[in-house]
Amino acid sequence: MKYATEFRDPKAARALLARIAQVADAIGATREKPVHIMEICGGHTHAIFRFGLDKLVHEGVEFIHGPGCPVCVLPMSRVDECVEIAERPEVIFTTFGDAMRVPGTRKSLMQAKAEGADIRMVYSPLDALELARRNPGREVVFFGLGFETTTPSTALSIQQAARENLPNFSVFCNHITVPEPIRALLDDPHMVLDGFIGPGHVSMVIGTHPYDFIAQDYGKPIVVAGFEPLDLLQSVLMVLDQIHQRRAEVENQYARVVPEHGNPVSLAAIADVYERRPSFEWRGLGEIDASGLRIRAKYAAFDAEEKFGVGYAAGPRHVPEPEGCACGAVMTGRIRPTACPQFGQGCTPDMPLGALMVSSEGACAAYWQYGGARGREAAE
Amino acid sequence: MCLGIPGRIVAITDETRMTALAEVSGVRREVNIACVLDRPIAALVGEWALIHVGFAMALIDADEAARTLDALRDLGEAQEALEAMAEGQKALEGGA
Ligand code: SF4
Repeated sequence: MKYATEFRDPKAARALLARIAQVADAIGATREKPVHIMEICGGHTHAIFRFGLDKLVHEGVEFIHGPGCPVCVLPMSRVDECVEIAERPEVIFTTFGDAMRVPGTRKSLMQAKAEGADIRMVYSPLDALELARRNPGREVVFFGLGFETTTPSTALSIQQAARENLPNFSVFCNHITVPEPIRALLDDPHMVLDGFIGPGHVSMVIGTHPYDFIAQDYGKPIVVAGFEPLDLLQSVLMVLDQIHQRRAEVENQYARVVPEHGNPVSLAAIADVYERRPSFEWRGLGEIDASGLRIRAKYAAFDAEEKFGVGYAAGPRHVPEPEGCACGAVMTGRIRPTACPQFGQGCTPDMPLGALMVSSEGACAAYWQYGGARGREAAE
Repeated sequence: MCLGIPGRIVAITDETRMTALAEVSGVRREVNIACVLDRPIAALVGEWALIHVGFAMALIDADEAARTLDALRDLGEAQEALEAMAEGQKALEGGA
C-alpha cells in the first residue's frame, strides 16, 4: 500500500478501504465484472490519480472519468472564436491560464499571444473588470468558461459592469452545466454506469436537487463528495452501500460545504444574467440540449458574441476533431487514455493534440503524470 | 480552476462593490464577497471562505480551511492558484 502512508489519516483510509472491499465482495464485484462508478468532476479525477485511489480500492471498483473538466470539453471551434476575438487590435482578451494551451484549428491562445495578440492570463473576472476600468480606449473581453462553480463569478461581474456603465467590458460566455451531459450519458446505451460521485463545488452553487433525476428516473445512486482523499473513499463506500441495499438516492457527503438548496446569491445572479441555449456543443459528446448558457438580451451590451458577431451569434459551426484523436471516447469513459493511438505519440503535455492532455484535470494528463512509467510504457 | 482555495477575509475594501481583502496562503488579494454576505458586511472580517476565481463562495471553519489547504497542496493546486493570482496582478500592470 504505497500511497496510503501519504494520507493524513492512514488509519481512517485503511478502515474505509476495508469496508469498501467488504461491500464490493458482498455485491459480487470482481475485476472481470466491476462496479462502474463515474466521478463527474475533473478535480476528483485529478485527486483519484494523485492519491492512487484507483489502485487502492478493491479491484471490483472501476472509476470511469466523467466529462467534468470545462477546458477538456471545449470544442475546437470555441478556441478558434477566442483567437478570432483576441486578434482584433482593439481587444484585450483575458482568460484563465488553463485555456491558453488548448489547441484550436489554426492555433491556441498561447500561439496567438506569441504572435502579438494582446491576451492576458487572469485569476478572476474581477481582474478583467479592473482592466476595463483602466483601459477605457480598449475592449476588454473575458473568456467565461466553466461549470456552475465559476458561472456566478461572471454573472456578478456582468452585473457590476452594468452598474458602473462600463461600455468596454464583455464576456465571451461558454458556461456549461453539469446535469445535462450526465443525462446524455445515462441515455447512451453503450454506457454502463452503476453510480456517480457528484461534484462538490458545483453543488455548493446549485445544491443537490438538480441530481434528483439520476436517482428517480434512472435508478442510480449519486453521492456529492469533497475532494480530500478520505472524502472520496467515503463517497465510494456510500455509493456501494446504496447499490448493496438496492437504494438509489442523492446523498451529500460534503454537507460541510454543500447546502441542500445551493447558494441563493449565486443562483439569483445566474438567473438574472443567463438563460439556457437550446443546445451547446461539447467536445466528444456533440450537441447537448440545454447544456450551455448565454447572456440574456438585457445584458447584450456585455455579450462578446453580440458585440463581435462570433460564436453562436454567427450561427452553428462544427469543426471535426483532429485525425486519430480519441478525445471523445476518453471523455465519455468508453476507453482509457492509453488506448488512444495518439497518447504519448502525437499527443503529450508539451505538444498537446487534445484538451484532455492540457488541463491538470484532464484524464490524459492525469494518466501521463501519475500513470508514471506504466502509462508511458502503454503508449510505446 | 474549479477547486476553490481557502482564504481569510482580513478587511472590507469596498462596501458597494462588495469586495474585501482576503489572505490566501500569505498572499493578499481582493475578492468579491457577495455570495457569502449573510450578515452585516463588517462582521465577515476574520471569517474563512472558499474562494473560487476571486469570489468567496462558502464560509468554512478554520479546521476545514486547514484540511482543504493541505489537500490542495498535495494536489499541486494551491501553488497553481497562487501563480494564477500573480499572473492576474501582472495582467493589470500592463504586461501583455
Ligand atoms: S491522448 Fe491526446 S488525442 Fe488522445 S484522447 Fe488524450 S488528449 Fe485526445
